[in-house]
Amino acid sequence: MTQRLGPHPSWRSAGLALIIALFVSLTVTLPATGAHAQSAPTSQTGADPYLGLTSRSLDDVVSAVDAISVSGDARARKVLDALGNNQLYTWKYPRPDHGLFIHDTDAGVWLDARTGAKIPAPPFLQVRRIVANDMVTGAIATAEGVLDLSSPNAGTRRKAAEAIFESPSASTLPIVQHALAHEQDPRVRATLLQAEAADQLSLSTTDQTTQLAAVSTIAARGDMAARNELASLSGAPKAVAVAAATAIKHIDFSLKLWSWLETVYYGLSLGSVLLLAAAGLAITFGVMGVINMAHGEMVMIGAYATFVVQQVFRAYAPDLFGASVIVAIPVAFVVAGAIGILIERCLIRFLYGRPLETLLATWGLSLVLQQAIRSGFGAENQNVATPDWMSGFFMVGGLTITLNRLCIIIFAFAVVGGLMAVMRFTPLGLRMRAVTQNRRMAASMGIRTPWIDAMTFGLGSGIAGVAGVALAQIDNVSPNLGQNYIIDSFMVVVFGGVGNLWGTVLAAMTLGIVNKGLEPVAGAVLGKIVVLVLIILFIQRRPRGLFPVKGRAVEA
Amino acid sequence: MTRLSLTLTPVIIIGVAIILAILNLATPATSALHVSDFVVGLAGKYLCYALLALAVDLVWGFAGILTLGHAAFFALGGYCMGMYLTREIGARGVYANANLPDFMIFIGWKQLPWYWHGFAWFPFAMVMVLVVPAILAAVFGFLAFRSRVSGVYLSIITQALTYALLLAFFRNDMGFGGNNGMTDFKDIIGFPLNRSSTTTALMVISAIFTAAAFLFARWLVGSRYGQVLVAVRDAESRTRFLGYRPEYYKLVIWVVSAVIAGIGGALYVPQVGIINPGEFAPANSIEAVIWVAVGGRGTLSGAILGAVLVNFGKTVLTGALPGAWLYALGGLFILVTLFMPRGIMGTFGRRAGAETSLPTAHEKQGLAAIDGKAADLAEAGADIGDGEKTA
Repeated sequence: MTQRLGPHPSWRSAGLALIIALFVSLTVTLPATGAHAQSAPTSQTGADPYLGLTSRSLDDVVSAVDAISVSGDARARKVLDALGNNQLYTWKYPRPDHGLFIHDTDAGVWLDARTGAKIPAPPFLQVRRIVANDMVTGAIATAEGVLDLSSPNAGTRRKAAEAIFESPSASTLPIVQHALAHEQDPRVRATLLQAEAADQLSLSTTDQTTQLAAVSTIAARGDMAARNELASLSGAPKAVAVAAATAIKHIDFSLKLWSWLETVYYGLSLGSVLLLAAAGLAITFGVMGVINMAHGEMVMIGAYATFVVQQVFRAYAPDLFGASVIVAIPVAFVVAGAIGILIERCLIRFLYGRPLETLLATWGLSLVLQQAIRSGFGAENQNVATPDWMSGFFMVGGLTITLNRLCIIIFAFAVVGGLMAVMRFTPLGLRMRAVTQNRRMAASMGIRTPWIDAMTFGLGSGIAGVAGVALAQIDNVSPNLGQNYIIDSFMVVVFGGVGNLWGTVLAAMTLGIVNKGLEPVAGAVLGKIVVLVLIILFIQRRPRGLFPVKGRAVEA
Repeated sequence: MTRLSLTLTPVIIIGVAIILAILNLATPATSALHVSDFVVGLAGKYLCYALLALAVDLVWGFAGILTLGHAAFFALGGYCMGMYLTREIGARGVYANANLPDFMIFIGWKQLPWYWHGFAWFPFAMVMVLVVPAILAAVFGFLAFRSRVSGVYLSIITQALTYALLLAFFRNDMGFGGNNGMTDFKDIIGFPLNRSSTTTALMVISAIFTAAAFLFARWLVGSRYGQVLVAVRDAESRTRFLGYRPEYYKLVIWVVSAVIAGIGGALYVPQVGIINPGEFAPANSIEAVIWVAVGGRGTLSGAILGAVLVNFGKTVLTGALPGAWLYALGGLFILVTLFMPRGIMGTFGRRAGAETSLPTAHEKQGLAAIDGKAADLAEAGADIGDGEKTA
């Protein structure tokens, strides 16, 4: 606002005086916390805040806008809106009543601006429209912010305080301080205090102690806006400038820290997607050694299972839609697992020990499955909705955490944790490990190895299906869904070391974080290419991954 | 079969090509014997695929390296040719700029990037068709074979290689036309591409190259080198213990194969009139593997036969029943690996298997598995992860 008044220093002080005068009246009229003023301030002071609007000088209009914003008048917002929408008129030649009229073009009526009463249309040639140029529009925006400070809604008040913080001016200081005196909400108070500090800094007459306190208040915010605020400090006393510079340094550091954390979070998020996609493969490929190129299609089947479950919920129990994703998890597991067992019995068991043939046959299978889904559901993307409890976000410091990403991260770890538990603590897991380690010995001990093979493959496929439930939340559910994950999944498993679930977890997270870390430097696509090339080079250095399985199992 | 196929295959290829050419050029369009430009173009395309299949068969059938990334070499050869053809457009493009291809003007480039220099000159471009795939193959192969990456791991990283190239060529700022690739070619060394004589000539040239590549491959695998290569395929460790360096034997065939694939790609582009990053898709590479599997892995004539047959089937099926093609292709993968692991030539060729013998060990295992004998299955299962015995 100071800049807007710039060309006329006299107006600045005059406007300020006016505002302060009005403000004094305000303290009397404004009831506690943010309710609207009931009566027009004119009754107390005799000054008419709208008077300036009738002037032909734009500077007058601007200062009138400022005055209106702090007048507390109930009509203030209506008048300002009308001004902003080019609907405010006054007499072409000044008259003693300083008439102000709003022409509500939507309703086609004329209103008295000060009272809101309907009036007959004034003679067309005797009124002129009050023109709002950029300066005036800017003033209106600030003024509306000030008005919002007295809104009954805490969110609106906070936003308004934020707006004042971002474009501080000495003129808003009394308003902020007044609002502070009545504000109860601690979050709004904090923002108001910051706005007050910013206002104080923009006021050249503030004493040094206050300025230093203001700098530290703003520095405590620690975000980009605070940094800009401090960086715009010029002509301040040396001590203040030094304090500001130190604060900026601190803010830069913490901003960098937050952006690092953000990269790590995004990386974890991507990593958990990779982990989900690769977890099933870690069983079929990692434990059994079956190169299942149709693994991605198992994920796709899980996603389609989610879609079908949601369709059923939409049709029969729309109220329980929030539970559809939960229900989809076991459904996807069973469907994908059953298909997996079928595949193992009908195809893969004939190809054990011939990995390259397995690769080709399962690739063929993936084509058939894709085409089957395409024939059944169509080639277009299916609509899988995110339930309400999974949408939204919250902030942790400078970090925005979206709920659906968080759910996927938690889910990925839960799935892998469950998988590890199954491998370790259940009879099935025990037999799986036995068969992997020494098939002939396991068979001699009475384990039905073909059955264990089928179960293991079913488990891996089921996990892939469960991954599909999660991936359906963030990716397009189409017949091509699986293809997008197959290469990544293999990379993760191979990178982590075949047959090692911990390696898979670490590999997925590493790849996720490296990928996201490279993105700002190299761009998304180039980042991915770099990661692929790095993995190719890595595999050539360590062909058996990060954590190779050691011992006789390898030599067999 | 050996003698016969040695002489027969190239004779058939060139013979058919010449007959098609005569029927296309020398008969009037109304004649019942007339062969349309479309059919000639298809034949030319199949021959390019046959070159790719030959390349895949050389490494898979004779060195045991299952490549899932050979389309990368094919596409690189194609891009080299595409760059020449793009420069050949000259000022006839939309923006009528003789020095800069349309797509570069479109993304606001002011001058030709350094790696485009020379491609306006046909001989240079043709040398690049051979050199670019060879360099990539040499670097990749050297790293991979030296560190003894084999079996499935190698297959997966070849797939990652072509996938990385796919992503790279999708980027506009690579300077290869990004998503759209290069198209709208006008002529090749002065011959307009839309003329039927050019189409026919390209088809005949493809036939000659296919026949020549066949003879060269035939000679290579029949040589002492080829015999060591087969030994490497069947028992890499044993060959190494005998004092050979398997990595170099593999590297040579890998590079040769990449060059053959590159030539195939270079011949392919002027005949289909477009080259785009889609050619790098991993699915293309795997499709090439199934051509070889159908025709008969380890039989050179089988690779050519498989490429032509499968693609003919694709043309017919996608025309008649568009939805059925993927079922058919997927079914082909499954049925061939399950029931006909030696392919058409391996199974039905006279004196089957005489051309080169495939390892029989895993066939035994396969049969044992089908019989459901637990003990043999156990052995087979234990072999998982050991590329040498099983690849």
